[in-house]
Amino acid sequence: MILIGERINAGFKDIARAIREHDPGPIREWARKQAAAGADYLDVNIGAASKDPADMEWLVKVVQDAVPTPICVDSNRPEVLEAGLAALDGRPALVNSTTADDEKLEKIVPLAAKYEAGIIGVAMDERGSPQDVERRVELGAKIFAACIDAGIPPEKIFLDPILMPIRFMQDQAMKVLEAIRQYTMLSDPPPHISVGLSNICSKAKERSLLARTFLVMAMAAGLDAAICNVMDKELLAAVAAAEIILNKEIYSDDFLKVWALKRSKGGG
Amino acid sequence: MGVEVPDVKESFPQAIYTVTIGATPEQGGTRTKVVTVGGETTLPFHTFEGEIPHPPAVAMEVWDIPGEDWPEVVKEPFADVMESPGKWARKCVEEYGADLICLRLVGCDPNGADRSPEEAVRAVREVLEAVGVPLIIWGCGVPDKDNEVFPVVAEAVKGENCLLGTITQDNYKTLVAVATAYGHKLIAESPVDINIAKQVNILAMDAGFPLEKLVIYPSTGALGYGIEYVYSIMERTRLAGLGGDKLMAMPILCDIGKEVWGVKEARAPREEQPEWGDERLRGPLWEATTAYMYLLAGADILVMRHPRAVKAAKETIARLLGREG
Repeated sequence: MILIGERINAGFKDIARAIREHDPGPIREWARKQAAAGADYLDVNIGAASKDPADMEWLVKVVQDAVPTPICVDSNRPEVLEAGLAALDGRPALVNSTTADDEKLEKIVPLAAKYEAGIIGVAMDERGSPQDVERRVELGAKIFAACIDAGIPPEKIFLDPILMPIRFMQDQAMKVLEAIRQYTMLSDPPPHISVGLSNICSKAKERSLLARTFLVMAMAAGLDAAICNVMDKELLAAVAAAEIILNKEIYSDDFLKVWALKRSKGGG
Repeated sequence: MGVEVPDVKESFPQAIYTVTIGATPEQGGTRTKVVTVGGETTLPFHTFEGEIPHPPAVAMEVWDIPGEDWPEVVKEPFADVMESPGKWARKCVEEYGADLICLRLVGCDPNGADRSPEEAVRAVREVLEAVGVPLIIWGCGVPDKDNEVFPVVAEAVKGENCLLGTITQDNYKTLVAVATAYGHKLIAESPVDINIAKQVNILAMDAGFPLEKLVIYPSTGALGYGIEYVYSIMERTRLAGLGGDKLMAMPILCDIGKEVWGVKEARAPREEQPEWGDERLRGPLWEATTAYMYLLAGADILVMRHPRAVKAAKETIARLLGREG
């Protein structure tokens, strides 16, 4: 399971302030905490705090000076994405994200190819977020094809079927699970499949329980990546158990220790 | 007619740990040679797709007391030396080409000769002086007695970098401590159970023992006695290890001789089983065939008894690796 730490995002007030004031302290702290918790990638997002590509460059440099963890450069602006990618020191990276919009595909997919980064493709377009399985699959397949045409191999493509808040759109989670199943049949080897996990519990009570329950259900459907709260110990324990149940890891009584060992060495 | 053969080569992200047994005088021991196993980056004998830097090694079994219950066929080659572990070991090395000696401290068994730790040390020293190859030292298998014997034996052979065994899920703390203190490697035993195999390794690691100094002993079944269960466990262990599971990437040891010479197909004399043919041929053949199967399953160390079976196994290893004479 590929876990992408969600916390360095200007949606959080401490990070927004740190970006505006160029205060590296909170960013370093969250980089270290999430890396220690076992994140495979750290998402970095300047969000609404800034539109200046130079701020993304600064943010990426602060994070990579703090930890060796690969970075997931997160923005919907191509120029901001490129500033982040150009600042990288050669470690593996992810571009987060393109949509199925032709305009986005034309600008963002070549960036991932140019910097040899992986790319997250979100199954939406100029018409908005899909409400059914078919549209999710159609848009996912369109992104997948555009990436392959640009020379990006399947193992660097991450498709996101778009998770909706259970609080407001309860019928969507089942449709996402089915879209995940269908994504696994797009190619052999299949692309990675990722979600922004915290969407499911937006504005809900019992956020942690909803997130981890959905995550293990999605893993059974074929999900193998998530942008999530890697500081949630119960979430990570549920992932460890799910990997055992899905027979991706040989069972031992101390499988949680094995998980911790793998995570502490980065990767898994 | 030209037939296109598809490329089926696979590559794996992790190599099996490389384990060296024995130490030369420069390394703090007294061995004239050391044996290194493991290091492979692919499945057994898949030399077309990966590296197999060290061939599987063959250890020959020597006891600290004469092997009274060994069948005549396998006792005969050692009849003149069984009274002396040193002479026995020397014959294995000089006449039969053993890569290692596996000294089994059967005499320490409290239900048998119940020898003292000091007597065990004498047997170990005798073997060390008689041969230059590295040693595997295998306890009597009674946990309390092994825990009494190994601290003394391990200290006596400090610096020799022996392979000591075995640790199990229920008995590992003493052996881990003495192997750490005196610089030895360990055999991690499990009862034909891959989950326990992994668990023993976790327990050793948790007790501070490096995973890279362990050898997995998944238990061994003779041909006709559960060999397919062990085979599939070894195969899955090896695939997990090569696939990146750090707790399963150890070399694997198979205890062939002890198992084979306990089954009737190898033991029974012709008079009892006339249709099975001459036991002088059948017994060694049973041992050799069992060894072949385990080589294909991923064995890195074979512990064997009969000289003819040893010769056959060594020839097969060389042939399969393309390293014939």
